[in-house]
Amino acid sequence: MNKLIKDFMPSSAPLTRRNFIVGTGAAGLALGVLGGCARTSDDAAIDYSALPPNPEVNAWVHIHHDDTVTVRVARSEMGQGTATGLAQLVAEDLECDWDNVTFEFPTPGESLKRDRVYRSFGTGGSQGLRGSVQYVREGGAAARLMLIEAAAAEWGVPASECTVSKGVIAHAASKNKTSYGKVAEAASKLTPPSEVTLKEPKDWDIIGQPKKRLDTAKKLTGELKYGADLTFPGMLTASVKDCPIIGGTLKSHDAEAAMAMPGVKKVLIVGEAVVVVADTWWQANSALEAMPIEWDGGKLANYGSTDVDALLDEGLAAKDSFTGNKKGDVAKALKGAAETLEATYNYPMQNHAPMEPMNATALWTADKCEVWCPTQNGESALSAVAEASGLPIEQCDVYKTILGGGFGRRGMSDYVTQAVKVAKEMPGTHIKLQWSREEDMLHGFVHPVTKATMRGGLDADGNLTALDMKISGQSILAALMPGVLEGSGGMDPVVFQGLLPSGGDKRVEDQTMKYSFPNVHVHHAMRNPPIRPGFWRGVNLNQNALYMECFLDEMAHAAGRDQLEFRLSLLKEEPKMAAVLEAAAEKGGWGRNDGKARGLANIYGFGSYVAACAEVSVDENGKLKMHKITAATDCGHAANPQQIEAQVEGSFVYGLSAMLYGEMTYKDGQPEQTNFDTFNSMRIAEMPEVETIIMPSGGFWGGVGEPTIAVAAPAVMNAIFAATGKRVRQLPLKDQNLSV
Amino acid sequence: MKTLNVNGKSVQFDGDEDTPLLWALREQLGLTGTKYGCGISACGACTVHVDGEAVRSCVYPVAAIENEKITTIEGLSKDGTHPVQQAWAELDVPQCGFCQPGMMMAVAAMLKDNPTATDADIDETITNICRCGTFARVRKGIHLAKKKL
Repeated sequence: MNKLIKDFMPSSAPLTRRNFIVGTGAAGLALGVLGGCARTSDDAAIDYSALPPNPEVNAWVHIHHDDTVTVRVARSEMGQGTATGLAQLVAEDLECDWDNVTFEFPTPGESLKRDRVYRSFGTGGSQGLRGSVQYVREGGAAARLMLIEAAAAEWGVPASECTVSKGVIAHAASKNKTSYGKVAEAASKLTPPSEVTLKEPKDWDIIGQPKKRLDTAKKLTGELKYGADLTFPGMLTASVKDCPIIGGTLKSHDAEAAMAMPGVKKVLIVGEAVVVVADTWWQANSALEAMPIEWDGGKLANYGSTDVDALLDEGLAAKDSFTGNKKGDVAKALKGAAETLEATYNYPMQNHAPMEPMNATALWTADKCEVWCPTQNGESALSAVAEASGLPIEQCDVYKTILGGGFGRRGMSDYVTQAVKVAKEMPGTHIKLQWSREEDMLHGFVHPVTKATMRGGLDADGNLTALDMKISGQSILAALMPGVLEGSGGMDPVVFQGLLPSGGDKRVEDQTMKYSFPNVHVHHAMRNPPIRPGFWRGVNLNQNALYMECFLDEMAHAAGRDQLEFRLSLLKEEPKMAAVLEAAAEKGGWGRNDGKARGLANIYGFGSYVAACAEVSVDENGKLKMHKITAATDCGHAANPQQIEAQVEGSFVYGLSAMLYGEMTYKDGQPEQTNFDTFNSMRIAEMPEVETIIMPSGGFWGGVGEPTIAVAAPAVMNAIFAATGKRVRQLPLKDQNLSV
Repeated sequence: MKTLNVNGKSVQFDGDEDTPLLWALREQLGLTGTKYGCGISACGACTVHVDGEAVRSCVYPVAAIENEKITTIEGLSKDGTHPVQQAWAELDVPQCGFCQPGMMMAVAAMLKDNPTATDADIDETITNICRCGTFARVRKGIHLAKKKL
């Protein structure tokens, strides 16, 4: 029996539906089952709720007496549709009735007790589906075989003679028929199969279908409880103010003044943060706002964006750099070029700003610590709980809620640690720690800041002969996981997302460059400002696509060539990349003479091939109107086309908000943006029409949540050039004059 | 003690009347469908109806309320069948969903005043922030909801 299959065996203490739900949703909060479904059992006379719950068939699949199939989803659901997609993957190989499917989140503590049966809880890098596809489908397939075997044993017939469709098992010769719910208990006692065969793509009827999300209904009535909405008997609520100055410390605060305010129960210090605990958050926050607090700025009290700029400019000019991709002799080719071009672009720091500000609810007692929170990584959150609580990890657990947005921010557990430290000061009381929007914006993990100087050479026929791309700026890994850079001599391969050669670092094989340049050098002068960076939807693909795609546009223009033809001439060895670009261009009206300006961009990232054609106009006052973006995606297999469409549209809002408005600037050692009035986000009036072309070529699973974000901004910026003849290289656009 | 009319019921509020309606709803009355997103009336996640008008409740003190009827997402319809909710379900509009109660309340108020809202009306009236970026489906949802009014 291989390891993978062994993991599906029921543990000695089976995780039953009942104890699972109690385990995941204490205090009567039914957090366990999150998606509704219509049960289709034919026997209305039986009160299924009165029956003892069935044990699980395996870790991924629980089937109730009434045929409800609950799929366990370890990855987080933050709007990207992963829970529904993963349920589709399991249901396909389980051969159950999709109308009976719902899902629930296992806890990381439970997974740990079961030898990490659920594997990764991490929800980032567009890995939700593609990172779990094999093992969750094997889970579904193994459960199917066990259910059939249970029915066959009951009938005394060979399992091989039984057929199954939509959760109904039949044996034609004996005219026997039963449903999954009726044999689930017997199936749970069987030994899991030693190997399973997954269904061929041609036989799929759940994967690839535009199934409705399983989590929509409760989002429409206010019924869904996000982390911010949780309440427990006797719960108190905390508001926090941490030192806003980088590296600064708390100098003084007036706890007595706050204690005199209504509802306030406690004032405490966690690290450099002042925390007020009160009956309600409004009381806690009002007391915190009224409290005189002084900060000691420390060494970076005068630090600001001009310092960041200077650091990056020095990096651009410096000789040192890590090489991410090198082929041929760029210096020689540039020297011999008929024409050379040089341009410098930037990509500013961004705040994640998910709609739900950071929060976590913690309950600490001497022998147990439990946390309820929206997190993109249940296991990281669990580690943070164990560390902050001072308890063995076996005595801790994390109950995940659906997230009110994540975008990478909730992969970090700083707010979880804070909640536990507060709860530890108030044993036995649930503490809901809720950040204000200001706290959320002041204590983010910003999109890394970079600049890039691009140098290109053209021969006399307008062919690109050389490209030098020098990136200067911040490395996420150097700040957050410096240990992983030891093996690469300090180089951060993730900085080169979308730019690396194939066959290099395995961690970024899904981020390689698809252009064939005769001579190319992509290098990075690592310059890390003392402002903590983080993974922000799209990560480094955002700026790399922008630098590359805008500069190639410049090159094509200088060469007097059509931008589409110019790009395709560099993609002859990459038919999948060329295909999405051609599809976006064709459907997007590339070359059409209708008075609208168009721009193109394409990139390979997170395992998917994507391209966009943007259509804009700029009026005489320099006002930009984004009419339409046509986007093509080849993600290999498309699990749920309607959700992919939603992800593409959504990624554009995130990417274009950054292009139009997004910028975290610093002055006096702290961010100048503290809320949506200063860190603006796109509204519906600015939203272009989006046409999504999904062209799955099969044979691989690519990511969906992130890749297309990277092509939105460069396509629009290239269209702006087409409209105005003016090349904008500085973001955000709000600070640029687009008028001709 | 103040009596408020929320979702057709008389309810007692015994907190400080300076409390914004948002926090009275969420923390005193247990109606957590109305969300906190910014606290400065910028994002619209806290949108409720006060006598049918869309109001951003995070900056609307309880003291400002006299006899007005307050409607939250929980009271938009009895069973989730308001035309906006139906359209949202049909098109799978929400992604994370956190901004959607406010979004739907803003849309419902707009359609009550202007059942034939055009794209230009939508652009002018619906200014809620959605970071997941559901705007394309929100627009389709509004046009679909119009047909169900």
